[in-house]
Amino acid sequence: MTVTALGAAVRRKEDHRFITGKGQYTDDINRPGQAHAYFLRSPHAHATLKKIDIAKAKAMPGVVAIYTGDDVAADKVGGLICGWMIHSKDGTPMRAGPHPILAQGKVRYVGDHVAVVIADTLSQAKDAAEAILVDYGVLPANADTAKAQSGPEVHVEAPNNTVYDWHIGDKAATEAAFKAAKHVTTLEIVNNRLVPNAMEPRAAVGEYDSGNDALTLYTTSQNPHVARLVLSAFIGIAPEHKLRVVAPDVGGGFGSKIFIYAEETVCVWAARKCGRPVKWTADRTEEFLCVAHGRDHVTRAELATDAEGKITGLRVKTIANMGAYLSTFASSVPTYLYATLLSGQYAIPAIYAEVDAVYTNTSPVDAYRGAGRPEATFVVERLVEAAAREIGMDPAAFRRRNFITKFPHQTPVIMMYDCGDYKASLVKAMEMADVKGFGKRRREAAKRGKLRGLGYSTYIEACGIAPSQAVGSLGAGVGLWESAEVRVNPVGTVEVLTGSHSHGQGHETTFAQLVSSRLGISIDNVSIVHGDTDKVQFGMGTYGSRSGAVGMSAISKALDKIEAKAKKVASHVLEAAEADIDFKDGKFTVKGTDKSVDFGTVALNAYIAHKFNPQELEPGLKEGSFYDPTNFTFPAGCHICEIEVDQETGVATIAKWTAVDDFGNVINPMIVEGQVHGGIAQGVGQALLEGAIYNKDGQLVTASFMDYAMPRAHDLPSFDVGMTVTPCPSNPLGIKGCGEAGAIAAPAAVINALTDALGTEEVPMPATPQALWTVIQKQSRAAIAAE
Amino acid sequence: MYPFKYQKAATVRGAVSLLGKAEDPKLLAGGHTLIPTMKQRLASPKTLVDLSGAGLSGIEQKGRNIVIGAMTTHAEVAASPIVQQAIPALAQLAGHIGDPHVRHRGTIGGSVANNDPAADYPAALMALGATVHTSKRKIPAEEFFAGMFATALDEDEVITKIAFPVPAKAAYVKFPNPASRYAIVGVFVAKKGSQVKVAVTGAGSGGVFRHTAMEEALAKRFNPKSLEGVGTPAADLNGDIHASADYRAHLVGVIAKRAVAAAIA
Repeated sequence: MTVTALGAAVRRKEDHRFITGKGQYTDDINRPGQAHAYFLRSPHAHATLKKIDIAKAKAMPGVVAIYTGDDVAADKVGGLICGWMIHSKDGTPMRAGPHPILAQGKVRYVGDHVAVVIADTLSQAKDAAEAILVDYGVLPANADTAKAQSGPEVHVEAPNNTVYDWHIGDKAATEAAFKAAKHVTTLEIVNNRLVPNAMEPRAAVGEYDSGNDALTLYTTSQNPHVARLVLSAFIGIAPEHKLRVVAPDVGGGFGSKIFIYAEETVCVWAARKCGRPVKWTADRTEEFLCVAHGRDHVTRAELATDAEGKITGLRVKTIANMGAYLSTFASSVPTYLYATLLSGQYAIPAIYAEVDAVYTNTSPVDAYRGAGRPEATFVVERLVEAAAREIGMDPAAFRRRNFITKFPHQTPVIMMYDCGDYKASLVKAMEMADVKGFGKRRREAAKRGKLRGLGYSTYIEACGIAPSQAVGSLGAGVGLWESAEVRVNPVGTVEVLTGSHSHGQGHETTFAQLVSSRLGISIDNVSIVHGDTDKVQFGMGTYGSRSGAVGMSAISKALDKIEAKAKKVASHVLEAAEADIDFKDGKFTVKGTDKSVDFGTVALNAYIAHKFNPQELEPGLKEGSFYDPTNFTFPAGCHICEIEVDQETGVATIAKWTAVDDFGNVINPMIVEGQVHGGIAQGVGQALLEGAIYNKDGQLVTASFMDYAMPRAHDLPSFDVGMTVTPCPSNPLGIKGCGEAGAIAAPAAVINALTDALGTEEVPMPATPQALWTVIQKQSRAAIAAE
Repeated sequence: MYPFKYQKAATVRGAVSLLGKAEDPKLLAGGHTLIPTMKQRLASPKTLVDLSGAGLSGIEQKGRNIVIGAMTTHAEVAASPIVQQAIPALAQLAGHIGDPHVRHRGTIGGSVANNDPAADYPAALMALGATVHTSKRKIPAEEFFAGMFATALDEDEVITKIAFPVPAKAAYVKFPNPASRYAIVGVFVAKKGSQVKVAVTGAGSGGVFRHTAMEEALAKRFNPKSLEGVGTPAADLNGDIHASADYRAHLVGVIAKRAVAAAIA
């Protein structure tokens, strides 16, 4: 049997299913007697609901039921929650307005849920929805992040639309550093709002089994157990043992499927209420309007340096848009996932950051690939690049002068970096990118009328989103460990039940590689089971690049126990002392002899239990583990972007991309490289193409792919990807995580390259052709004026 | 999508007759604008008259004209040796409309009849001086396009084919919208004898238009340099989040120069 080692670039086992159209997504699930839900959504960003008249609609053909916020209130269905408590500077808890699953009294963004129509067919549900008469009292909208605190009130619970005004770091020490600074670099930064746009839109099927008084929700979730916990303990849909949540194949999430949304909750609640299975699949417009968006920060950032080019202080003030309601983990994103990373890869003695989280009449904002860390990296890497230029230092040399070189390193903003070698990734990336030859390439480009620039991004991220005690002390409402159960069958094949959830990450391959390498069996003899609360006891799901570092570590711990027990069984089979049994390459041997037995035979013996006394050793071979790591992991690296701007049109074309990442130990380099590629594509999307724009009335102007520019292959170069490795000391496998790195690193690399090309720090994101042309026009007008 | 009646015409005459008889009819060509609009419930014709069986596909050279049947797909035009040989700019234009799905369903007749202000084909028809053949008459391109999403077609009129005179030199350059890939500005230039035509799509608030100032400059000398200093008034142009009217006006100049450069290359 072929063993697949850790580090082998094997092809993904799950891809056969996906590329032959045999995947089973939520929308592929149809239950007997199923009805279809359609949500009547608010066309207004902000309005009171004066009256909802459903009488005519209810009488329409095929209509099963119509529910509004009144029905939700009558059934005492709890509101959606935000599971991370943040306290303001004065110690008061964040001010969250209620978040009912169907609007009550008021709608707060375009797409807010006014009513649900359930009918035999989707078409009938839509017809009936058109017949619902809603009397809206339209209110002025609040849709501008920077001005939200002085805009119309979104929730009475949050004066000045401020959910919290939070801070971190040492204010006095930072102010002292700025007073003593030789040079201060200041940037005004807008981190543009993004729509996640997973390929598969959100979907749900709710079903009620009246015989057992039990509910099942099939849904597009990255963490079905957390969904069950929230639906049971907070929203009160059903107790956990009467609620099964199944997340089958899921076509991408990028964070947007972590959260517990109104539509999914309505489907499972309505299934019991109307007595029919209820199905809903978002169309792309609903996905644009109602999925949790990402980013949307307005920041003023300052960096203090001394006469030697050493960074002495960092000061940041950020306004973070939360949208109209607090989504499940929204509050943690611009605080503990953002400001705790503001030290970047640098030894900065003093940091002070203030973050105001604000309500607006826009879709809720929550974690999106990177979640807070792309925003932090963008602030730090833009500042560092600008500071180096302002003080006349080479940006790479400036970085090297300020890199953290001794580990562990305690930053002034909570994080204790466990390991890394930032110089190594920078040096390797500079070699791969041929930075030395850049001057020549720039001159050659100038001859073609192109402005060529080079930008660095030496990023860091905190991944794993664990340990539980640490996140608990910061306000998380849940523990963030991971669970695994390894079931060895009598013939030696293995099922692994994991609390992680794969929605594109390739767990069925990488997790199997771990089992294969540990037990000496083929990856074809390993199945990974996930995404069903009836199968896997509990788990925390997949986000924050945590499945390798935390999820696989849990499997590793369970495999330790399997190995220990299998050795006991083997000692009986081989009639030797347990202490004399070695296990290697799938074989148990007796030390100093040629006696051996393979793993499959030991597994069989564990189940037939003929060779040992079951009073002393239990039959069977199945072990579980709940793993909680000792620290976050800290993937880091260096991305270098080389870009050319067409002066005539403003079109930016990426000429060269070099990425050198330190993900610790790597299980499957092909999958890791794929993650890096996808992350860079999304990061380049943010930098050059993507931007969710609300107008002053709170209408989402970019509500379709006609206006929201997703990156295409055409927009990207071939990536040159390399790695350095410092194994992570905080988990048994030495893994750091790779899922978000590209999206975290890329925006700063692109904008730093553009600011280099154009010779100004004032380049907005997304740097669309029009935006860059406007910058070029402004510069040429300034140049003419100077003459 | 609301319910509708589907009818397939076997001939042009049959289609015309259905247009006269059916309740609230709409012609269905490739359907790549109409069907999505119907799915979003923004259009709700009671009857769809499908032209796919009416024998309107095909490309042929007739004397000095390339004649393309109305139901010929963009992919067929792009891959046609006849078009590639006689008017390579037209083949190239067709090969960059939308994406492969659109190019294999969308048709030249459908595109022209829809007259989307950001569509590519209207620029080709205007610059090449094409003639639109219908079930009733022949309409010069100049008279056919009548403003944004408007044409000279009558309610019961069906486009049958489009005849393109073969130019001496021609090129089409498109500056695509980063999101939709429709033209923010598309410029088709064509030279035939001493006459030069420059047609601009994507930019004009009234749809495709001829840029006469550029035509006059190029008629003197067919070279990008002739366009130096030839402006485009922003007042008549579209502005949106992707491109203001000023930016579009600037792009018309840049893209026109690139089109002329491509035509003489």
